[in-house]
Amino acid sequence: MGKNKNKGSPRNYTLASGVARFSKSAMFHKKAIYKFMKKKAPAKESKKKAVFVEKKIGGAKNGGTRMVRVKKLANDYPTAVKAAKKPFASCQKSHPAKLRSSITPGVVAIVLAGVHKGKHVIVLKQLQSGLLLITGPMTLNGCPLRRINQRFIIATKTKVDVSSVKVPDTLNDAYFARVKAENVKKDGVFADNKKQKYAPSDERKKDQGEVDKQVMAAISKHPEGALMKKYLASVFRLQKGQYPHNMVF
Amino acid sequence: LIHFYKREMPFKKFVEIGRVAMLNQGPDAGKIAAIVNVIDQNRVLIDGPTSGVLRQAYPIKQLHLTPLRVKFAFNAKTKVVRKEMESEKVQESWDSSNWAKRMALKSKRDGLNDFDRFKLRKAKSARNKIVAKALNTKKRQLRKAGKI
Repeated sequence: MGKNKNKGSPRNYTLASGVARFSKSAMFHKKAIYKFMKKKAPAKESKKKAVFVEKKIGGAKNGGTRMVRVKKLANDYPTAVKAAKKPFASCQKSHPAKLRSSITPGVVAIVLAGVHKGKHVIVLKQLQSGLLLITGPMTLNGCPLRRINQRFIIATKTKVDVSSVKVPDTLNDAYFARVKAENVKKDGVFADNKKQKYAPSDERKKDQGEVDKQVMAAISKHPEGALMKKYLASVFRLQKGQYPHNMVF
Repeated sequence: LIHFYKREMPFKKFVEIGRVAMLNQGPDAGKIAAIVNVIDQNRVLIDGPTSGVLRQAYPIKQLHLTPLRVKFAFNAKTKVVRKEMESEKVQESWDSSNWAKRMALKSKRDGLNDFDRFKLRKAKSARNKIVAKALNTKKRQLRKAGKI
């Protein structure tokens, strides 16, 4: 083989028109793919399935048997061809959503939406669904252990060391999932489903206390712990002349 | 040369050889440099060896003249400019000026994070409470004495 003059440059390339210089078959020969192709196994002879089967029928003077299809034909045909459904790439199951680099466990965040908007909360961890687990702590600002999407918080530069905080494994997405109210039919009429007021379960209260105890201990260890507690109890507000795009959080 | 008319001039700072100016924009924004020569109506040759500004042509509109001035010949080498600026202690007088201090304060304020702003608010509030208390007790005393 002679010296390769084209070392470093690609074998195939796109021309100015947007089309590749060499076709698929040309590349097949250039790259000698036939050397790397696996031998195709001879196609197995598939068993021939019967399409019609002879079935006996009752009655007189009708031939006694009929040829019946094994698989019945479809009774209805759609008027429009449905677009083929893409295979659901369950990306969530393989890994949770990518977090902003500013969000790490222990970071103090400002909640932007929801009942707790404006509050400073502590981010504990990211759950399997990609949502963040946050806590007020409850005694400081009334925000409980809660899930929140990273889109609804601003992560500040202030961090608390929560490496010593052990969040129980029972605190997962199933634990926080909303319970659907049952639509019970009573006497043929849907029951008067008044919105059930949310009341935290004993399990929730217990977990809240346990986690918050550890988080408060971590805050106290912070060199500015006392002020940090006041900070977490405070609410974020924009003053006149303050513009979020000009501010450092 | 005694410019006797200079006393009545409304202008105090001139674009002249040796005038120390602050750069307004660009990567060297905020640094000082001395004017070494005038190129044309819009540009000057500046050099700031004590502040790390390389010798270069610079538009006058992007300079902010300072009250400081150094004496050297036009087109003086960077070595000469450095020597004059160091002997006149230009960098120190600039850094200790109110102007430079205000600039440093402003950049510090812009860099505060949310927790810092909270602490600042609390500190200001605490100080204001002390001042208000002292003021009001003084007022009460004077009012009782019939002085106000």
